[in-house]
Amino acid sequence: MKYLDEFRDAGLARRLIDRIRRTATRPWVLMEVCGGQTHGLLRHGLDEALAGVVELIHGPGCPVCVTPAEAIDFACRLSLRPNTVLASFGDMLRVPGGVGSLNDARSQGGSVRIVYSPLDAVELAAADSQRQIVFFAVGFETTLPATALAVLQAEARGLANFSVLQAHVRVLPAMEAIVDAPDNRVQGFLAAGHVCTITGYDDYRDLARRCRVPIAVAGFEPVDLLEGILECVTQLEQGRCDVSNRYERSVRREGNPAAQGHINRVFAIADRPWRGLGTVPRGGFEFRPDFHAFDARRRYPDPAPTLPVLDDGDCRSGDVLSGRIRPHECPSYGVACTPEMPLGAPMVSSEGACAAYYRYSTRRPPLACPLPR
Amino acid sequence: MFEDRIQLAHGEGGSLSRRLIEDVISPRLGNPLLAPLGDAALLPAPASRLTFTTDAFVVTPLFFPGGSIGRLAVFGTVNDLAVAGARPEWLSLSLILEEGLERSVLERVLDDVAEAARIANVLVVTGDTKVVPRGAADRMFLTTAGIGVLIDPPPPGPAAIQPGDVLIVSSSIGRHGVAILAARESLGFEPPLASDCRSLLPLADALRGAKVMIRAMRDATRGGVAAVLHEWAAASGLSLTVDEARLPIRDDVRGACELLGLDPIHIANEGVLVLATPDEQAPAALAALRSCNAGLEAAVIGRAESERGTPVILHSTLGINRVLDLPSGALLPRIC
Repeated sequence: MKYLDEFRDAGLARRLIDRIRRTATRPWVLMEVCGGQTHGLLRHGLDEALAGVVELIHGPGCPVCVTPAEAIDFACRLSLRPNTVLASFGDMLRVPGGVGSLNDARSQGGSVRIVYSPLDAVELAAADSQRQIVFFAVGFETTLPATALAVLQAEARGLANFSVLQAHVRVLPAMEAIVDAPDNRVQGFLAAGHVCTITGYDDYRDLARRCRVPIAVAGFEPVDLLEGILECVTQLEQGRCDVSNRYERSVRREGNPAAQGHINRVFAIADRPWRGLGTVPRGGFEFRPDFHAFDARRRYPDPAPTLPVLDDGDCRSGDVLSGRIRPHECPSYGVACTPEMPLGAPMVSSEGACAAYYRYSTRRPPLACPLPR
Repeated sequence: MFEDRIQLAHGEGGSLSRRLIEDVISPRLGNPLLAPLGDAALLPAPASRLTFTTDAFVVTPLFFPGGSIGRLAVFGTVNDLAVAGARPEWLSLSLILEEGLERSVLERVLDDVAEAARIANVLVVTGDTKVVPRGAADRMFLTTAGIGVLIDPPPPGPAAIQPGDVLIVSSSIGRHGVAILAARESLGFEPPLASDCRSLLPLADALRGAKVMIRAMRDATRGGVAAVLHEWAAASGLSLTVDEARLPIRDDVRGACELLGLDPIHIANEGVLVLATPDEQAPAALAALRSCNAGLEAAVIGRAESERGTPVILHSTLGINRVLDLPSGALLPRIC
């Protein structure tokens, strides 16, 4: 398949692995920021192919994982309101909030609809003026333009029954928080290719320079990931710390100005709590005053606000999301916490690091011995 | 009087029920065994042992590219009998209809049931119709049960799989599940992705005709090929290794799965056989399968090996082995 097979080319991937191994004179610690990249690395076994040369720490780039439990609980309560439909991406449904998941709310009679795009939620609102449609908007800058566009469309069409429960997050402040932490081990980043498709990567230069970390904008297929890793390792060996675009078929330096325009019209940057990480300064967004009418937080003053629920002691998802531990180092991993009975969001989401380990990794407890080669 | 829409009275045994049977059902499905419309069909005594199976069908949408709930209800049950080594003979058909269902929809579904039954050479010999109030069902649910007559001794089953046996799929995988998802969510793929919903009887007949020794044979429906392999690994106590590069997957299915974050090996099929045969039987099995339209894409996908600590191992295109897991719960698409 075009644009896919060439980036999964086994021969090319093996040559890149060899080059990385030849280039590195010592082990380096890199973080891939995006959960999609984590899954790509584990699915294709690249973490093992590079063992001893590059240690990959898995980053916080799983939007479902960092959505606060409080927001999920609020979404559940909204879904249980009369004449209200909560529209959500499918990934969110199984994620436990502080009280329960949207699936739990659905089994209690909550009205939850899976949508594939925020614009589908706008269509739901247009088709049924008797019901309130609340779109549960999560994700990084990747999904944000579509949320902004949905709000603009709803405004243009005069849809008074459409609103947004907004929990979008920004990836750059989280990267800063990780390298600024006193126990940071990350020496280089693979930046999230699809976020950079929207935002561009000019803003990363400050981080690279200030914290002396090379940053390679990388894609999601094996060859993309290996190109990004090779770039970081090469820079580290040469003592450089630049931002380099290794995902050129999707990312331009300036990003996507049209998408940025939609975002900036509807949203402004704001401090935001991240699940597992706490409040990240400038880590998310808020509605601009012109669009307060579409803010579900304003439209539905929460009748039963809960205190922010912290992950309990048995789930170390915060440490996983910040790269302090890897999933299998959590005592609950695979024992008290599995995809069927998750304690934390990273075990649920298709982008979550714990789920990636559980699904692909040889480190699952049921494996008595390593996989044969 | 028969209106354009199904009413509760159509299921209550009175004159409307009778009209429904006489005007809509019997003309499409009628046969000498069904004709008496008694409480139970009287069947001729078979010459050999019987197989018996049942399945319920709740798919939405009712019609999708490549099939419909009517075709599924016949082929699903027929295929369960076929992989058990039987010739399907008789079906029951129960209809649970939602009040307000368009008569034309019921007629189209029954047309599909009749056509599928003709293709599979089975008779619908008994049935039932219930109508439930609006909202109590999603338009239409079907249940079929089927009786088949055993032709040969059935395949011994997955416990008989030996190290060295090869694993074969009869066709490209993942088509039904992706087609349903695309149709249900109006994902708008062009051309639309079509389900592989079809009878597996020609494949079973071809394998029998070629006298292929089969250890185990399954219809890889929900859970996809991965679910079958996990069952077989558990039953045989062996490890099953799948070579990712050899999995037959059509480009449209691959593309849709990439977009939705799904893995075709986890996705439901309605026209794919999985079988395990001794290594030396593989060429004959492939030739037999490929002699049928439904088996043109047949391929060897892997092999059984002595127990290696992991039930099902995927040998990736990059030459790395990894666990092939069962998906947990519903397959939900990713968001970015």
